[in-house]
This record gives sequence, structure tokens and C-alpha cells, in this order.
Amino acid sequence: MYGGGYIFDEPNGKQLREEQLHDDPEKLVAFEERITRGEKIEPGDWMPAEYRRQLIRLIEQHAHSEIIGALPEGTWITRAPGFKRKLALIAKVQDEIGHGQLLYNAAETLGKSREAMINDLLSGKSKYSNVFNYPAKTWADVTVIGFLIDAAAIVNQVANAKGSYGPYCRALERICYEESFHLKQGHDAFIELATGTPEQKAMLQDALNRWWQPIMHFFGPPDKTSQHSEKLMQWKVKMASNDEMRNQFLDSYVPKIWELGMTLPDPALHKNPDTGRWEYTDPDWNEFFRVINGGGPCNAERLQVRKWAEEEGRWVRKALMNPTERRSLPVA
Amino acid sequence: MISNAALTDLIIKMADDELIQGHRNSEWTGLGPVMEEDIAFSSMAQDKIGHAWALYRILHENLGGEDPDRFAFMRPEKDFRCSHLVEMPNGGYDFSLMRHFLFDHAETVRYESLQDSSFEPFQLLSKKIKGELKYHTLHANAFIMQLSKASEEGYARMQTALNDTIALAAGVFEPSAAHEEALMAEKVYPGEKELYHRWLDRIYPVLVKASLNLPDMNTITPVYGGRQGFHTTHLAPLLKEMGEVFNLDTEASW
Repeated sequence: MYGGGYIFDEPNGKQLREEQLHDDPEKLVAFEERITRGEKIEPGDWMPAEYRRQLIRLIEQHAHSEIIGALPEGTWITRAPGFKRKLALIAKVQDEIGHGQLLYNAAETLGKSREAMINDLLSGKSKYSNVFNYPAKTWADVTVIGFLIDAAAIVNQVANAKGSYGPYCRALERICYEESFHLKQGHDAFIELATGTPEQKAMLQDALNRWWQPIMHFFGPPDKTSQHSEKLMQWKVKMASNDEMRNQFLDSYVPKIWELGMTLPDPALHKNPDTGRWEYTDPDWNEFFRVINGGGPCNAERLQVRKWAEEEGRWVRKALMNPTERRSLPVA
Repeated sequence: MISNAALTDLIIKMADDELIQGHRNSEWTGLGPVMEEDIAFSSMAQDKIGHAWALYRILHENLGGEDPDRFAFMRPEKDFRCSHLVEMPNGGYDFSLMRHFLFDHAETVRYESLQDSSFEPFQLLSKKIKGELKYHTLHANAFIMQLSKASEEGYARMQTALNDTIALAAGVFEPSAAHEEALMAEKVYPGEKELYHRWLDRIYPVLVKASLNLPDMNTITPVYGGRQGFHTTHLAPLLKEMGEVFNLDTEASW
């Protein structure tokens, strides 16, 4: 997981400095030609200020999504039923934290430190994927997250792995490789419930009903209302439109859900045979923005847990930052 | 002929320690002081829980024990044989790290001794997990040393954590009067007292390097009881949580 398909604008848009507003036009042309040729941009290369800013925003939010995304599933590690599920879930959540680490490293190559990114997460300046502001209420929720949210994230990440910034693409390639295992474990646990006892099926159906809207929100608002996509697509920061990715996800996974005899809470959901595209009831986008702006059921809890971890761990981080410092023993 | 009851007794206490310690380690997933420590504790949790699973399987396959999942997820608290050390809640990172250090060295000397055990499944298992334990103790030693030396606060926290955990850790070597003699006579393992001394020989040099003071072990009363089924108040809620989903329907496949 857990990269959100939708990149939020930071709330306090700081005014850019003069040189950031006006990139050297010759360099800009050369830069755009490199991207058109399919070259990767590397950390030391010249890049427009806006490209750097948008990439930091994108990678940072992706990294935050990984470590915040570990929380709803993480609470089920201690309750996972049986050795197989327990070990798989720990391994999976551990991978997600590892992805966070990889991504913070990738973002650091653009000039923002991990500490600064975490501070912005905790202050609310920097966002993470909206989907993690919802609670995982039952074990079935864990299977829905592991199967469908991971699947949605893969759609997004496979696309982004073809982007223009080298360090991010390389991190994503490795992430996608691990994600495909996560998807398998999620799918396996999902099938177990879908083909299980009536209580297990009911539990799964309830989870699907609750998660469907957040999943539809996952890729962000419809293209017709989404801003600032064009330049990002040209620079290969954003690789596919929100609607494109949503359609790709529905095309791959809705049939798999239906095959197992489960239903989705949208009577209008169907594939139009003429256009080959999926049609659906628009999810409530007001709810989406309400949750982004802190109004979701778990926003406060998620940040509180992260703040606890940061505050509790401060003395450890301080000690680790002084590898050569020797505490002097008292003389007597 | 090795006594089955004695072997069962030994396997259960070893496995229960691993399971509960692994469960506690897994509670750090997502909450560590740095991401790298999150990952380390999750990784060790998988190893510990994996060891427990392997031991329950040995019990199941060689000694007529129950299915490992049912045995781990449905057993009542009084039938558990884990030590009090592993039952304690994680507390802060200082407590968790010191427990990890003391427990992993105890585990290491125990599994090292099993490499020549007359009970063959122990030989195979201990050889298999030797490499894992090497990294667990390497990790513990490095962090104990680093945190003790880098700052006054780190030192104070590490010494306090050592003082708080040492009696609990000594309790890992609680003698099992009923069966220990038989297992020693049959060369299954060297017995708790011998392991306790080997353990002290392992932890002492690291503590000295970290400038930490090991309390006088003659004045410490080891915390016993776990091996006889007497537990802290922390175990029952942990087990209830662990079995919460599994026990919704113990006949279902999850």
C-alpha cells in the first residue's frame, strides 16, 4: 500500500520567491525535452522549482500514507486469527513501514529532511491518504484493506513508477514488488471469509459496504473538477488521471468481488458495454473534503498515535544522533 | 527413553515464552521511536512467533499435542507456562529494549544447548534459528550500548530498566522440579541452573561495556510462578485479545 491516488494541496500556500516563479527558460526547455525523451531526472539535475515542490509534496504524502496506513491494520496484529494470519499481517505492516522509510529517503533527495516531513505531518500541514481516516472495525475490514486498498494503491503506484523522477521510480518499483504479495495475502484472507460461514460472509459484506465509499474516494475527485493536473502530467509527476485510475481499478477488481458472491453498495455500478468504461453513482465528494480537512472519524486518533510515538521516542532519536559522544563517568 | 510428560513440559514453557514475547514485540509495529526500530521489532516478533509455532508443531507431531492454532489461541490462562518477564506490558522503549536484551540472550543460551540435545527435533530447530538469534542479540547489544553511552538520560533510563527487569529475567530460569532431572539425565538439555549461569556470562560483558551495573544477583529474588501456571494480571487480557477473532468461531477457517 498505501499511496493515495490523490495529492492534496497544502493548506498554507506560501508565496514562492522570485527565482522560483521564473525558471531559467533555456534550462526549462532542456528539462522538458529530457522528460519527453523518457529520461529520468536525478537529484543533482536542474529542475524547475515547481517540479521540485510538487514532487516533495507527492512523495511526502505517499510516505505519510505508509506510516499512518500501518495503524488501522496494525491494531489487528494482536488479534489476527491463527499463526498464518498473524505472521502474514505483521510482515505486511512491517513492509509498509519499510516503504515509508524508502519514500522519506527518496523525498530527502529533493531537499526536505525526514524530521521536517514528520513535523509537517504532525502539525497537520502535510496530508496523507484520506482512506486511513476510517476505522478498521472488524477482522473483515483488515481483509478488505489488504485486498482492495492495496489493489487500488498498486494501480496508482504502477503508474507512478513510470514517472520522471529517478529516486521515486526506483523506490516504487521495489514497493510494487512487495505490494503484489500483500495483495495476495489480502485476497486470500478475503476469499476465506467470502467462502466461509454465514457469519463470516455477513462480516465481510458489512466491511465492504462501509469501505466502498472511501475506496471510491481513493483516487480523488473526478477529472472534471480536479485542478493542476496538466503541467504535472506533462512533467510525468502524475501519470494517469483520477478517473482513469479509478476505472482501471473497477475493471480489475469489481468482477473479482462479484465472482465471490459479494455485493457492492451501489446499484448503478456497471460496465457500459459500448464505452467499455465503468459507470457508478458519484460518491459524496463533500464528505471527502470534510474528512481531508480533519472531520473524519479517525483523523485526530491517527495523529495522536503518531505524536505519542514521536514524543516517546525523542530521547532515543537524540541518543542515536550522537554516535560518538561519550557520557563521562562521574569521578566519584 | 525420554519422558513425554517432561518433554511436553519443557516445550510448552519455551513456546509460550516465544509466543508472548513475540506478541509484545509486535505491539511496537507502527509505534517505534524511529522507523528502523519499528521494523526491527516487527521482524523479531515474526521470528519469535515463528519459533513458538515450530515448537507447538513439534508437540503436535511428536508428542500427541493439539493443533498449534487451537493450542495457542484457545488455551485458558492457567494452562500457559510463560515467564512473567514476557507478560509485562511494553511500557516505554527503555523497558522493551532491556527486556529484549535479557530475553534474547536467555533464549540464545537455551537454543545453543539444544544443538546437541538427545531429542532430535530440538537439534534441527536450534540449528535453524541460530542465525536469527544472532541478529536479535546483535541488535540488542548495539542499542543497549549506544543508548547507555550517548547521554545522561539514556544511561539513567537503561540502568533503571535493568534494575526493573533483572528479577523478572532471572525468573525465566525457574526450575521445573517435576521434570528437569529426567531431562538432564537423558541429555535433552542441561537444566535451568546451568543455563542461568551461561546467561549471566553472556550479559555481563555487554553490561560492563555499556557501563551499566548488574545488581548483585545474590540479593535478587527471581520472579517465579509462570512455569507453574501462576501469572501476572497482564496475561489474561493479552490472551483474550489474541483469541478475539479466532474464538468467534473456533470451527471456522480464518
